[in-house]
This record gives sequence, C-alpha cells and structure tokens, in this order.
Amino acid sequence: MAFRDSVGGRAFLANLWRENPVFRQVLGICSTLAVTNLLKNTLLMCAGLVFTTALSSVTVSALREHTPRQVRMMVQVLIIAAYVILVGIAMKAYFPEVHKVIGPYVGLIITNCIIMGRCEAFATKNSPWPSCLDGLGAGLGYSLILIVIAVVRETLGFGTLFGVPLPAADRWWHQWTIMVMPPGAFFMLALVAWFGNATVRSREGGKT
Amino acid sequence: MSPVLAAAAPQANPGLPAQLLVILLAAALTDNILLTRFLGMCSFLAISRQMKTSVGLGVAVVFVTTCTAALNYLIHVFITVRLGIEYLEYILFIVVIAAFVQLVEMIVERFLPPLYFALGIFLPLITVNCAILGVSLFMITKEGYGFWQSTVFGLGSGLGWLLAIVLMAGIRSRIREDKIPEGLRGAGITLVITGIIALAFVGFSGMLTF
Repeated sequence: MAFRDSVGGRAFLANLWRENPVFRQVLGICSTLAVTNLLKNTLLMCAGLVFTTALSSVTVSALREHTPRQVRMMVQVLIIAAYVILVGIAMKAYFPEVHKVIGPYVGLIITNCIIMGRCEAFATKNSPWPSCLDGLGAGLGYSLILIVIAVVRETLGFGTLFGVPLPAADRWWHQWTIMVMPPGAFFMLALVAWFGNATVRSREGGKT
Repeated sequence: MSPVLAAAAPQANPGLPAQLLVILLAAALTDNILLTRFLGMCSFLAISRQMKTSVGLGVAVVFVTTCTAALNYLIHVFITVRLGIEYLEYILFIVVIAAFVQLVEMIVERFLPPLYFALGIFLPLITVNCAILGVSLFMITKEGYGFWQSTVFGLGSGLGWLLAIVLMAGIRSRIREDKIPEGLRGAGITLVITGIIALAFVGFSGMLTF
C-alpha cells in the first residue's frame, strides 16, 4: 500500500497543508505569535512541539484501551506535561540562553491546543503508528507556518537571518522595528492565514 | 528570610499599596497578556463573536487567574523550591488549575445556578486557556515578587484579558455585515484588528516599570 493511501499517511499529508492546524483550524496560535521574531528560537520551539505531538499521540493511542472515558482529558494532559518537561530540561541544558527567552512558552506547549486536539480527535481512535504520523504531520504543519513567519519577521525586523546580518545590511537596510514587536506578529499571521485559506479554497473549488 | 517576607517587607519607598497598583496597571495595560504576550488567543478568536459570552468568559478568567496565581505561588515557594523539584512545576500547576476550575464549577452550580447556565461550556474551557497557565509561569520568572505581588499580577492579567476580549467583541459586532475578502473572514480579520489594537497598547509600553 502506498504511503499516501494508508490511514497514517493520509492524516500526515492532510495535517501538513489542507488541514493545517495553524491557519485552517486556528489552533496553537499563542506560541506561533510569541516565538517567531528570531529564527533560532522558532526552530527550537518547533522541534519541541514536533517531539511532543508525535510522542504524546503514540502514548495516548497505546493507552487508549486502558483509559476510562471520564478521566481521559486529565490523562492526556499528564502525558503531554511529562513530555514537555523533557523538552524543557533538554532545552535548559543545551540552549540556556534561548530557554531564558522562550522558557515560559515551552511550558505552554502543554496547553497548546494542537496537541490536545490531535490526541482527542485521532489518537483515541487509532493505533500507535498512524497516530505517530498524524502527530508528526500536525507538528510539521505548524512548524512550516512558524518558519515562514519567522523568516519574514527576522529579516524585516532585525535585518538578520539566523543571527547573521544580511549582506551589507547597514548600508541600505532600514529595520522595521514594528515587525519584531507584537503587532507585526498579528499582521504576519493574518497574511499567512489569508494566503493559506485562499489557496486551499481555490483548489477545493477547482475539484468539485 | 523567606522569600515571602523579603518581598512583603516595606523596603522600597513607594510602599506596598503603591507597588501593587503599579503592578495591576502594568499587567492590565502596558504588559497586556493577550496583546503583548499572545496568551489565550485560541479562546479569544473563537469566543469574541458575541459580547455577552465574551463578558462571561472574561469574568471567569479574571477570577480563575487571580486564585490560581495565588495558589501556584504558594506551591512554588513552599513545595517545589523547598524540595528542589522545580522541573515538576508544569505538572503541578496544570493539575492545580484543572482542580480549581472543577471546584469553581461545582460551587457555582450549587450556589449560583443562573450564573452557571450563563457561563455554560466556558467554565470548563478555562482549563485549557493558556493565559491561566501563562500567568503562573511568567509570575515565577519575575524577580522579587511576593505573595501579594503575584496575586495582583494574576488579577491585572485577567483584567487585561477581559478588556481585550470585550474590545474585540464590540468591534466584531460592528463589522459583521461588512465586505471582507473571502479568505480573511473569521480568524484573519480578527488578527488584523488585534494587531491594530496591539499597536495602541504597545505605544504605552515602558511607561510603567515594575
């Protein structure tokens, strides 16, 4: 069976673009806006989120036969929190200066609705391997949007990319300070959501 | 001296009440949790369609942030720091918040049935509002906050969130009939408006230091 026809594969691909968690389902917006003014912070945040979505989906799915329905939310939150603690410890150990800036937002991965949403919508009904792919797809779909936003915000706002200045930036480049401040994040996300929605909708319109 | 006493002692000239007022105003306005920290966006985008529900949810958020900030501060000082298990804070905080929301729900249902029905689904939804957990996590990163400072920080953040969602609900009810590009409807236009409101709030940043 081809990858794109299997249950997990289909979910993986759908989460990447057509059902993208950020602009199609409007989930997990908080961190999307908060960590995207420097590309390095963004990449670390994405890595943490992909790790957490994939593994918590697997765990929730593996335990789905043994979890009573009434307490499943609490169980999911605890599973997610356990993985987030791992991410937090790892980041503190290897990237202490990044942790200082985005530390609280790493903790907030727990309440990132993408993870909870994938656990609830997919992992409670499917076996571990497709759930892993589904979580991975959602995490990567989220990362894709974050990286796009971060590239634009960092180049326009600081005139750098990955902390490296653009060639001869000081001679011709004037920094748009607004892009690294909160309003810039709101405007960028609105533009990306507009673009994404327009493309997805026009493609769907073409099919039917 | 324990951190509680150290921060509560009136060492600075302005005195505790003045300091608390500054923290309250700063948390609600210049350092607005939604507009400058981006917390609580999910429910903000979903709920701000109607004024009535926005106010209901906002009031519930104010109450829960204030109380959980106080509770989590005590947990931070007396349990996790003392035992050296700060890495377990994420789990403890979220459990405290979930338990507290459950408790509030039971109390409101028992003693104030009209309010319970007015709030409906929003009460349990508060558990996953990241503003609540965010307040607790930001609070412990601040230097020299004592019990009262933390509680007031929670109150101010909650009020700021209430202010933002009420503003947005008012604006959204006005633009309901307007012609908005197809792809920008719903979340998109709300984000643009939020950005414009944020511009106004960011203009005040730095006026209050705390």
